[in-house]
Amino acid sequence: MIKIKNLHANIDGKEILKGINLEVKAGEVHAIMGPNGSGKSTLSSVLAGREEFEVTEGSVEFDGKDLLDLAPEDRAREGLFLAFQYPVEIPGVSNINFLKTAINETRAYKGIEPISAKEFLAMVKDKSALVELDAKLANRSVNEGFSGGEKKRNEIFQMAMLNPKLSILDETDSGLDIDALRIVANGVNKLKSPNNATIVITHYQRLLDYIVPDFVHVLYNGKIVKSGGKELALELEEKGYDWIKNELKVESEK
Amino acid sequence: MAYTEDDLKEELKNKEYKYGFTSEIESDKIPVGLSEGVVRLISEKKNEPEWLLEYRLNAFRIWQKMVEPQWAHVRYPKIDFQALSYYSAPKMKGDVKWEDIDPEMKATMDKLGISMDEQKALSGVAVDFVFDSVSVKTSFQEKLKELGIIFCSFSEAVHNHPDLVKKYMGTIVPTSDNFYAALNSAVFSDGSFCYIPKGVRCPMELSTYFRINEANTGQFERTLVVADEDSYVSYLEGCTAPSRDENQLHAAIVELIALDGAEIKYSTVQNWFPGDKEGKGGVYNFVTKRGICHKNAKISWTQVETGSAVTWKYPSCILKGDNSVGEFYSVAVTNHYQQADTGTKMIHLGKNTKSTIISKGISAGHSNNSYRGLVQIHKNASNARNFTQCDSLLMGDQCGAHTFPYIEAKNSSAKIEHEATTSKIGEDQIFYCNQRGINTEKAINLIVNGYAKEVLNKLPMEFAVEAQKLLEISLEGSVG
Repeated sequence: MIKIKNLHANIDGKEILKGINLEVKAGEVHAIMGPNGSGKSTLSSVLAGREEFEVTEGSVEFDGKDLLDLAPEDRAREGLFLAFQYPVEIPGVSNINFLKTAINETRAYKGIEPISAKEFLAMVKDKSALVELDAKLANRSVNEGFSGGEKKRNEIFQMAMLNPKLSILDETDSGLDIDALRIVANGVNKLKSPNNATIVITHYQRLLDYIVPDFVHVLYNGKIVKSGGKELALELEEKGYDWIKNELKVESEK
Repeated sequence: MAYTEDDLKEELKNKEYKYGFTSEIESDKIPVGLSEGVVRLISEKKNEPEWLLEYRLNAFRIWQKMVEPQWAHVRYPKIDFQALSYYSAPKMKGDVKWEDIDPEMKATMDKLGISMDEQKALSGVAVDFVFDSVSVKTSFQEKLKELGIIFCSFSEAVHNHPDLVKKYMGTIVPTSDNFYAALNSAVFSDGSFCYIPKGVRCPMELSTYFRINEANTGQFERTLVVADEDSYVSYLEGCTAPSRDENQLHAAIVELIALDGAEIKYSTVQNWFPGDKEGKGGVYNFVTKRGICHKNAKISWTQVETGSAVTWKYPSCILKGDNSVGEFYSVAVTNHYQQADTGTKMIHLGKNTKSTIISKGISAGHSNNSYRGLVQIHKNASNARNFTQCDSLLMGDQCGAHTFPYIEAKNSSAKIEHEATTSKIGEDQIFYCNQRGINTEKAINLIVNGYAKEVLNKLPMEFAVEAQKLLEISLEGSVG
C-alpha cells in the first residue's frame, strides 16, 4: 500500500523527519507512537502534502505511484485520507455540500460521473449511523460550532463517505471522552477491510485498546527507533517514553 | 501530469471578463460635452413635456454649483465631464416590435443571456432592456397590465403616466441631493418605471438589464418603483459593459416608494466591467439609491457587487412610517485594482421601526473594499431597532478592507447592535479541502460562497445561481 523510504523533511530549515522507513500493506493497522515533538504530526502532514514542509530526501510510494509528486488533492483522490487532529471549520458550507463536492471531484478524477442525489443521501444515512452522528450535523456548516467529540466523529464520517485506501488518524483520540472514543474506534473498526489500511498516530495506549494494531512503531527524534507487535504499546504505557530514551542512550554509548 | 499552480496561473491570465464584447450597432450619439444646450437636446430627442425640461434645467443649474464629493475612500483621476457624450441611442424605428429589432441587438441580448421571447423567457421574469441611453424593449407588458401593473421604460411612463411620474419623481432623491444625483437629474436618458396597484402581489420578478455599449458615453438612468398600499414586488437589475481601455461613467438614481403595508424587494447583480488586471479601464459606478417606507411597509435591498473599477453606492431606507422595516444585504467583491465604497443608510423616523444590515466584503488582489453605513434614530422613533453585521474577508496581503459605521441615536429607547469581523481565507481551510480531494480554486469558491451565503440566500432563486458563478469568476486568480 505505502512504502516510505529514508524520508527526511524540514520546516523553516529545521529537520524534523530524519530518515523514516515504514511499509504498510493492505489489511494492516499500524500504530505510530512517540513523545511530543518526535515528528508524528509532521509525518502525517508530509504524507498529506502540506506545503510548509520540505522533503529533502527519500521517497514515498503509494499504491505504485510516487506520492511526493502528487498535489495534495490528487493524493486524496488516489485514496489517502487524513483525519485531522484539529478539524477545520468552514462557515456557511454545509457538511453535505462539502462532502458531495469532495466525492464528485474524486469521481471526476477517475472519470466517473457525479454521484446521484439518491445514492448520495442513502450513503449519508448509512455512514452517519456508523459513527452515531446526528443527522442534523450533516446539514450544519463544516465543523462550525461542533463539540470536540463531534468534530472527531465528523472526521470518521467523512472517511467512511470517501472510502479511502489508506487512512491516517492523527491523534484522533485527543480530547475525546471514553464514550466518544469508543464510538470513533468502532467506526474505524467497521471500516476495516482486507483492501484498506490504517495508520493510527497517538500519544497514548488507550486508543489501541479499541483499535488493535498489527504493528506498533515508536517515533523518536524524527526516526522510528523501535517496532513491534501490539504488546509494545503496553510496554510503553507501563515504562514511559524515558525507557526508550534511556535505551537509545545506552545504544549510542556502546 | 499533475495540474500545478503555474498551469493555473497561465489559465487565469487568459481568462477574461465574459461580457467584454462590443456590439456593432449603429447609434445616434450626440457630440461630447455638457451644456444647457445638451440638456435641451436630450429633452427634445425624447420629445418631453415642458415640465420635465424645466426639471432638467433646474437640476443642471444646481449641478453647476456643486463640487464632486471627495469623502469616499476611493482614488481615481478627475472626471472630465466635458469629454463624455450624454446621449447615445441605438438607431431604431419608432415603435419596437420584436421583429423590427436589429439582429445585432438580438444577438447582443443572446450573448448576455437575456431572453425577451416571452415563450422561452426564464419563467416568471419580465425584462426591460436598457442599451446605452434608451430602453430597447420591455417584455410581458400585456400580461402585467391585466393586473393593473405598469412596467415600462421611464420615457414611456413620462408620456403615458405623467401624473404618477410627476407625483413621485425626485421625492426621495431630490435633485440637490448630491453631485451625481444632480447630474443624473439633468441628463438622465431612460430607465425603468414600475407601479404596483393597491393590494396586488406582482406574480413575476421584474427586472431591468443595463448595458453600456458606446465608448465615452455616460449612462444615466432612473428607476422609479411605486408600490401602492399592501402590494408586493420583487425587482432585479443586472448590469454589464464592454471591456474598454477608457473609463465609463454610470450615475444612476433609483427611487423606491413603499406605501402603507407595501413590500419592495430590490436586488442588484452588478457586473460592470471592472477594468483589467493592471487597473486600466472599467466603469465608475456612482449611484444614488433610496427608498421610503410608509406605515407597516418594508424595503429590502440585496446587492451583489462584483464589477466596476470604482463603486460609490449606498442603497438606503427612510423608515418614515411606524412599524416599517428596512433591510440591506450586500456582498461586495473587489479584485485586482477595484475600489468599492459601499454600504447603506437606515433613517429611523417612525416608531417601532426595524432595520437589518448584513454586509459582506471580500477583497483580493490590490483592491480596496470599504463599508460605510449610517444608522440614524430620530427623536420620535421610539423602540427603534437596528442590527448590523459587517464582515470582511481578505485574500492575499495586498488588499484592504475598511469599515466606517456611523450611529446616531436621539431616542433612548433605541436598540442598536453592531457586529464586525475581519478574517482571512485560511491556508488551513484550503488544505483541509485539498485533503478531501477538492482543488484550491474550488476550495476558495466553496469558502467564499459559504461566507456570502446569508446574502445570496436573499436573492431570487434564478439569480442566486448566477451570482454564485459571478463570485467565482470575480475571484479567479486571486490566490496562488
